[in-house]
Amino acid sequence: MSQSSNTDSRIQPPPRTTGRRLSSFFGSHKRLSLTVLLAAPLAWLILIYIIALLLLLVTAFWSTDSFTGQVVQDWTLSNFQAVFAEALYRAVTVRTLLIAVSVTVIDVLIALPVGYFMSKVAGPRLRGALVVAFLMPLWAAYLVKAYAWRTIVSPHGLLDSIGVSPGLGVIATIITMSYIWLPYVVMPVYAGFERIPDSLIEAAGDLGAKGWKTFTAVIIPLVWPSVIAGSIFSFSLTLGDYIAVQIVGGSQQLLGTLIYANVGTGGNMPLAAATAFIPIAVILIYLTAVRRTGALKNL
Amino acid sequence: MRIPLPVKAVLSIIVCAVLAFVYIPLFIVVINSFNSSQSLGWPPKSFTFEWWIRAFNDSGALSALGTSLLVAACATVIALILGTLASLALDRFEFFGREGVNLLIVLPIALPGIITGIALNNAFTTMLGWKLGLLTVITAHATFCIVTIYNNVFARMRRLSGNLRDAAMDLGADAFTTFRLVTFPQLRSALLAGGLLAFGLSFDEIIVTQFTAGTGVQTLPIWIFDNMFRPNQAPIVNVIATFLVIVSIIPIMLANRIGGKAATGAA
Repeated sequence: MSQSSNTDSRIQPPPRTTGRRLSSFFGSHKRLSLTVLLAAPLAWLILIYIIALLLLLVTAFWSTDSFTGQVVQDWTLSNFQAVFAEALYRAVTVRTLLIAVSVTVIDVLIALPVGYFMSKVAGPRLRGALVVAFLMPLWAAYLVKAYAWRTIVSPHGLLDSIGVSPGLGVIATIITMSYIWLPYVVMPVYAGFERIPDSLIEAAGDLGAKGWKTFTAVIIPLVWPSVIAGSIFSFSLTLGDYIAVQIVGGSQQLLGTLIYANVGTGGNMPLAAATAFIPIAVILIYLTAVRRTGALKNL
Repeated sequence: MRIPLPVKAVLSIIVCAVLAFVYIPLFIVVINSFNSSQSLGWPPKSFTFEWWIRAFNDSGALSALGTSLLVAACATVIALILGTLASLALDRFEFFGREGVNLLIVLPIALPGIITGIALNNAFTTMLGWKLGLLTVITAHATFCIVTIYNNVFARMRRLSGNLRDAAMDLGADAFTTFRLVTFPQLRSALLAGGLLAFGLSFDEIIVTQFTAGTGVQTLPIWIFDNMFRPNQAPIVNVIATFLVIVSIIPIMLANRIGGKAATGAA
């Protein structure tokens, strides 16, 4: 930076301020500057989050004293045995996965045409209005939206008054959750469409691809990472939910309900921790499967 | 690019139907905030302003709103700092474990809230012996908000070339001046979009909050949860939801104006 002034006596080298000294020091010590940048975020995530997750894993191998309700720190597999052996857990796991998959599929099927319309059909003004229209419901409290659906699907509710209500239960849970998580899927999918240059679509047309062929062979592969990113939201939010299902699910239980019951009324953190490993495993498998699509960078 | 008219028509119909799907339940919430019946049944009985007046005089609701704003603001500030640092590191350097760091940032939002909730609850109370309170809620919220900032800023950096930065430094600016005068203005709208999303995530979060707030701290979603099923309070909850949706237009419009396309939440 400052060597160039050697050849020209009229230009003085910039004064060696502390800021310059520091930046030339870090400029020549790449590893150190990386460490400085990463130290705070990594320390926060590892010290708070990863340690907490590992402690949860450890807790799952402990047990609860049935008399005092205190956690007893001797190693046992009984919590995992309880989770894997009981028919209730298996049924609830299957039901939760089924609901999570349905919600995700519904949201993606809605987000694709909507995102495409917003980015490629609508003009700038309409696009802006639609972005606002799809972001605004995020600010109506989650509980209020769930409760609004309860008034819609419950007996004597809006849908019942026209005779097509599914009633409280699995269907109502799927509809409600698709509704609540929809903005989380629409926004990344829209952003994904927005990143596809129109020139690529025109090139496909010039090369002879018909509309549908362009859509399936060019647009869908390009927008796929964003779809996966959105699906991570809807999938994981459904997998851990225990509140919406209480409001619209009738007596149906999800994995979240079981974990909540174990830790809350049951006061059995080890069993709750063991139960929690089902959604953790499912999400980790899902994340590993989709990592190669680059979806994690589109959340 | 030309899209055939029938395709446009079909897409328009789909978008209208989806908008109806999105707004009919919200519309019911708005109507019920003026419904004189307390049972929130359908159809509404008669019109009243009573709930609106009572909502703005409800000290519990107002203080919960204050708590939520405070928690969301603190969590967003922490997430802005940590998320920006992480994205600068991952954008400028190739290093072993880069993918792992990326996964680490994503994990708190990718894992269901109840997992984050019980893990942090267990760590804070049983392992560290902390008392649950405002600080533990803010810590928990900041943890899952980092990703929204990180992804927005990282995506923006990918699209910027380092040329302007190099030019600034060639012209004698040190690293800090360069960040202040060159990099930061380029990132501003991405920071705004990410920050807005982080604020919204924290503001509406209930599951993690239930596990990390203890009994003393009442955020707005917790207040709503406690009051939703009380006949006297349920209509007030509808007023608050309506109020929040209307007020939310301001930051969204602001972000839209400042950030243009980028400020849509996912950059």
